[in-house]
Amino acid sequence: MSHFATFAIIFFNMILVNNYVLVQFLGICPFLGVSKKMDSSIGMGVAVIFVMLMATAVTFPIQIFLLDANDMGYMQTIVFILVIAVLVQLVEITLKKYVPALYSSLGVYLPLITTNCCVLGVTILATQDYTPVIAESGFGLAYAEALVCSVGAGVGFMVAMLLFCGVRSRVEAADPPESFKGLPLTLVAAAIVSLSFMGFGGLVENIVGALG
Amino acid sequence: MAEKQSKWKIFTAGIIRENPVLRLVLGCCSALAVTTTLSGAVGMGLAMTFVLVGSNIFISALRKVIPAKVHLPCYIVIIASFVTVVQMVMQAYLADLYKTLGVFIALIVVNCIILGRAEMFACKNTVVDSALDGLGMGCGYILTMSLMGGIRELIGGGSLLGVTIIPESIDRMTIMNSAPGGFFVFGCLMAGCIWLERKLNKPIERKTCGDVMLEELDAAKAEAVEGGAAK
Repeated sequence: MSHFATFAIIFFNMILVNNYVLVQFLGICPFLGVSKKMDSSIGMGVAVIFVMLMATAVTFPIQIFLLDANDMGYMQTIVFILVIAVLVQLVEITLKKYVPALYSSLGVYLPLITTNCCVLGVTILATQDYTPVIAESGFGLAYAEALVCSVGAGVGFMVAMLLFCGVRSRVEAADPPESFKGLPLTLVAAAIVSLSFMGFGGLVENIVGALG
Repeated sequence: MAEKQSKWKIFTAGIIRENPVLRLVLGCCSALAVTTTLSGAVGMGLAMTFVLVGSNIFISALRKVIPAKVHLPCYIVIIASFVTVVQMVMQAYLADLYKTLGVFIALIVVNCIILGRAEMFACKNTVVDSALDGLGMGCGYILTMSLMGGIRELIGGGSLLGVTIIPESIDRMTIMNSAPGGFFVFGCLMAGCIWLERKLNKPIERKTCGDVMLEELDAAKAEAVEGGAAK
């Protein structure tokens, strides 16, 4: 299979089959809160894609060349969360100083993302899943696959946010039993959206397999 | 005596009055993800309680030393150290459980229950009170998680702690074990909780961390607009 097909499988798998929010339960907090407003959902989604890509781009080499090489894999959690926090802060400062226009639209989302479990989750899962690939096909390809995976995860997060934002505007107009008003109804609606994503299981491999 | 009672109150607050999952709506990710079985839910709850008590003690002991400006990074390092301890112990003695819980053990670091308690309680109170608060919150978390895990394992797999309870001849609703079941059970539990509150005439305003996020966002946006206008 060509590299392109592998990348396509990873990318669409992360969006449809292993969607971070709806299937793997990462990043539920922003999903339940920020999806109330469409413009905030888009901004948050873009910021998450950006931070996920950057965080994976930095943490993957750190894990391979610094931690694993020195037999310190157990330091992963501490090192990763600190790297992400510093990285997000740096980006925020840089944007504020040099690209104020972008800062006012994207920068406000950044401080909220540091302690978001989907970002730490993607860095840990990507290093865990693609470290074995190094032995098979070298560091370059493994690194590229990890990056594709992180972008796919971010896009999947954004897709889930946008879809749910639409569902929510309809749900809020409904008239449920008194006890279900508010959060419980939102959760049940999320269950149904998540149910529809279950239908994508196995889809990506079959389509790309048929094409390639 | 009065003092003792208040300590007891701090401990019990987390179990019902301020139940972290159902009343404060903190830590939803792990509550949804690891409750497919009862054993997973209890294991996660115990790991969480350990980290919660440990980090609460440390943060409250150091509350006069940590400068306000860098309090968040300091908290995160303390919490991450405890999480690493849990990870190492689990890998050594409970390898199977560690595999089932997977990435969610590492993600305790960014769980809003722990950071939330650090900001709301541990940074203002004494060491003993903070430890009790952590223990109470942990117990509340374990109870809620066990309830969810029990319901999902019973309906989804027909068993509890691996022991078959519903006879094999009845079909399993495996959907309960997968992602949609998690959202559904959590939603129904929350509705039950609200129903009970209404019966007892003590309704509360529920504010998820997402709602807080949205508020912060709106404030930051307004500030950015104002800053732009001032220029």
